[in-house]
Amino acid sequence: MNWTAIWITVKLAGLTAATLLVVGLPIAYWVSFSRWRWKFLIESVVALPLVLPPTVLGFYILVAIGPHSPLGRLYTDLVGSPLPFTFQGLLFASILYSLPFAVQPFATSFDQVDRKLIEASWTLGVSKLKTFFSLIVPLSTAGLVTGVVLSFAHTLGEFGVVLMVGGNIEGETRTVSIDIYDEVQALNYVGAAKTSFFLLAVSYFVLLLVYAVNRKVWAVWPQK
Amino acid sequence: MAAEVVIDITKTFAGRTPIRARFHYSVDASTVLILFGPSGSGKTTVLRCIAGLELPEQGTVRFISRTWLDTSSKIRVSPQERRIGYMPQDYALFPTYSVLGNIAYGLGELSSVDRKKRVDELIDLFQLRGLEEAKPSELSGGQQQRVALARAVAPRPQLLLLDEPLSALDAATRLQLRGELRSLLKQLALPSMIVTHDWTEALTLGDVIAVMGNGQVLQIGLPQDVFSRPKNAEVAQIVGVETVVQGHVIEQAYGLATIRVNGMTLKALGSDAIGSSVFVCIRAEDVLLEKAGSGMTSARNHLVGKVSEIIPHGVMVQVKIECGFPLVAMVTRGAMEELSLTVGSPVIAAMKAGAVHLVPRT
Repeated sequence: MNWTAIWITVKLAGLTAATLLVVGLPIAYWVSFSRWRWKFLIESVVALPLVLPPTVLGFYILVAIGPHSPLGRLYTDLVGSPLPFTFQGLLFASILYSLPFAVQPFATSFDQVDRKLIEASWTLGVSKLKTFFSLIVPLSTAGLVTGVVLSFAHTLGEFGVVLMVGGNIEGETRTVSIDIYDEVQALNYVGAAKTSFFLLAVSYFVLLLVYAVNRKVWAVWPQK
Repeated sequence: MAAEVVIDITKTFAGRTPIRARFHYSVDASTVLILFGPSGSGKTTVLRCIAGLELPEQGTVRFISRTWLDTSSKIRVSPQERRIGYMPQDYALFPTYSVLGNIAYGLGELSSVDRKKRVDELIDLFQLRGLEEAKPSELSGGQQQRVALARAVAPRPQLLLLDEPLSALDAATRLQLRGELRSLLKQLALPSMIVTHDWTEALTLGDVIAVMGNGQVLQIGLPQDVFSRPKNAEVAQIVGVETVVQGHVIEQAYGLATIRVNGMTLKALGSDAIGSSVFVCIRAEDVLLEKAGSGMTSARNHLVGKVSEIIPHGVMVQVKIECGFPLVAMVTRGAMEELSLTVGSPVIAAMKAGAVHLVPRT
């Protein structure tokens, strides 16, 4: 088994999930609470990675962070090296790619918080920010766990975006899913089987966790 | 300038009668205003606009010297800064917090010593001793109501807003808490606004009553004035009780109370204590009219009076009688003709003790 690839994959998934917990909360709060008439425009953008082929998403990210784009140039000026085909570039792509997997469970759980509780908190003089952390978050833990775990699991298995943005650099951007592809190309079926089984086991375990924590927030199967 | 509350708001919801509420009244340390009206009349929306939870399209909300809302000069004070206590109809207790946690929730500004002291005071005042660690889901309806009220008054608000405070309780608890709530509100010395559709609640709790119908405040005034002298037919129909007069219990036996009202005595069902002050409430359709000098009936009350006014209401006739206090009776046109009632004719108004409702006013 390629332990380097496993380590990179776990690191990538962990950092993606952690970042999405921070970045996803305000987005989900806005999605859940905004009464803006054109809100659906933003909601659709957040959900885009669910339907776009990873290659399309990867292509746009590659162009966006490449040396010819303002974003890419800014990063190169600040850090001194370009973003594409690095672990950092891959992390950026993964965050965008897994965004709906965090934001949607977060927003769904915020939607389920009774607005009367939130109003009661406001009338008691508690600010919106403090209400969020002392009332909304404790009432949404199941959704938050679901979002973090799903974005972790989703990043574990990503392939197309990694290939487009990260390339296939051993020790830097070669993740488990790409390693398996390489093994199969090299006709090393035993290696591929081992790594595949590892990924299968981890994914199953992670989903077990989600369903054990709460079946309501992200139930795929109908409720009994 | 007298301490006044001034409300003038317009709020529309798609597909519903727009709310255009305009009223003002003067407040002292413990004035209780009742927003009274049938469901759908816009009472709750008005309360929510005052709390700052709804934004009216247009209007002003002024509480004593502070302007909370003035759309023309773009003033809008957030609910956090209004310093109000607000209790919604279903209490909205925080499910993840204990009784203590709920009461202490709005006391973040206090030091932990002061906070503990304040919570302790309220636990005693609201008789919640022993329930400190309980979660809201483990409490009875009456206990939940007390926790919600304690939470609302904990940060010492300058105005208390209660939306149907008793409607979520069963009938027996409601009856018990109605009286308690009034003495509690007086004890707290805190002006309050209460939304209700129950006239006994309105009369028990209110110092001033604003009657709402179709999104408008139709009449505002003292409880007995609003009930006994409705401004128009719409208000009369909403309040539904035509005679409300103040009296005192002078005798009490086996659940039958004798009440003195302006020199007349009345019998009513009720176990109110001797000496207590009550509102005597009588619906016009419960009043029977007899010709003076006719025979006995089973009715406990026979009041001798004179007809002071006759107002036709379709097939019915509203007869106003002066019998020590103004009493309204509703009879059919035929009955009126048989009794040959005209303004000035002597008449006896009879009603069963059960038709005389007593609302305690302590």
